[in-house]
Amino acid sequence: MRRVVLVLMVALLTGACGGGARQELLVSAAASLTDAFTAVEAEYEAGHPDVDIVLNLGGSSALREQILSGAPVAVFASANQENIAEVVAAGLVAGPVVDFASNQLTIAVPAGNPGDIIGIGDLARDDLLIGLCAPVVPCGVYADEALAIAGVAAAPDTLEPDVRALLTKISAGELDAGIVYATDIATADGAVESVDIASEPAVAVTYSIAPIVGDENQADAADFIDFVLGPDGRRILGDLGFAAP
Amino acid sequence: MTRRRPPVLLGLLAAVGAVLFIAPLVGLLARTPWSDLGGVLGREIVADALGLSLLISLGATLLSLLFGLPLAWILARVEFRGRTLLRGLVLLPLVLPPVVGGAALLFTFGRRGLVGQPLEELTGLVLPFSVWGAILAAAFVAMPFLVITVEGALRNLDQRFEGAAAALGANRWTVLRRVTLPMIAPSLVSGLLLTWARALGEFGATITFAGNLPGRTQTLPLAVFVAMEGDRDAAVAMSLLLVFVSLAVLISLRRSWWRAR
Repeated sequence: MRRVVLVLMVALLTGACGGGARQELLVSAAASLTDAFTAVEAEYEAGHPDVDIVLNLGGSSALREQILSGAPVAVFASANQENIAEVVAAGLVAGPVVDFASNQLTIAVPAGNPGDIIGIGDLARDDLLIGLCAPVVPCGVYADEALAIAGVAAAPDTLEPDVRALLTKISAGELDAGIVYATDIATADGAVESVDIASEPAVAVTYSIAPIVGDENQADAADFIDFVLGPDGRRILGDLGFAAP
Repeated sequence: MTRRRPPVLLGLLAAVGAVLFIAPLVGLLARTPWSDLGGVLGREIVADALGLSLLISLGATLLSLLFGLPLAWILARVEFRGRTLLRGLVLLPLVLPPVVGGAALLFTFGRRGLVGQPLEELTGLVLPFSVWGAILAAAFVAMPFLVITVEGALRNLDQRFEGAAAALGANRWTVLRRVTLPMIAPSLVSGLLLTWARALGEFGATITFAGNLPGRTQTLPLAVFVAMEGDRDAAVAMSLLLVFVSLAVLISLRRSWWRAR
């Protein structure tokens, strides 16, 4: 028994030290960047074997709160500019804030469009189950903007904490429609379809990225941001439908 | 009797353990907007969430009583194959991550679920994103507390009292009503209180299965989760409310005032 414990302890220690050879870099990224930043992580690590990118994905406002509470984050990629602006105001941004991608809103419906959604006006229908993002996360703020532009009073049945949670319930067919980012549609593997919002002007969705104070690997953080802004990052983002800012 | 001092090391480790539980409470108290607590608790988001939480947790407790009490009785008193397995399945939500329970409920009672689809076709009732869905989610995670408490009480009950009542001519319903239930009443009350407290604190299964809409499914824990990102004062005030209610329940259980009678 004692030997087993010893072996376990040695394994734990070597495991912990083995990971120490690579420099960990904690990157907090908006939920809608899940696929894009997973691809960025793979390519960046392939070129930088000494760096281990750790992705922290979630609603931008939740990520902002973590940083404001002192989370040891190196890079913050937000789905809007306001969340980073609050981090700047708190004196926690260590370098320039750069817009690196843009996106559009669309209406997601389950494959086959069982609710016969034809436009944003249908989101006011009471006979359907409609989902939006909660108004504290960027996709909720943007959706409210789009609804205001179209003059539609939506009748939501749920306000989800981030865009991927919303998309999951639409792809499961539990919701008839919801407003998501255009880039989210492709990630659902055919389980959702897109219906154009078709009201002008379209809401501008802009992603910003910045290095965060408090992480000692400032050089690595800057290098990672350069990679996202450079040709490789641009190509990965472009392939997934994110336009240049 | 002389009191022996506990070993120093044991006391130190216990102190660290206690701090682990007490420190977060102190942190919450330190962050509480005391001067404006009344005003914050009076906000619409708080009032809505509080009302819904009471409705949903009491609904879940009633459901648990209706179905959990018979279940506990069957598990305690009837011998059948697969009883151990059934008990394990019933108690599973005690250890299962609630979000997994919520996902399972969605696959089952959702509009495209095994039960949900025929249910909608037959009755027009759609459980997800409704207050009924929230009650179901809360009952799913909370009912095991009632079952485990009552089953334990039934097993420890001296069955000779029931036997004596039957021998004196009482039929089975009378025995249940006049002998069994009064004898397990203390455990039933603790079970109901635990079930209610667990239902009140339910989060993961609710947001996954019933969604999050103020005034319909946004209970206190969900409102805290959302307010953390927007209205921190309200989040802290609601957290405090939940802490005090939960603490009151646990202390009342500990004192067992009904047992003293």
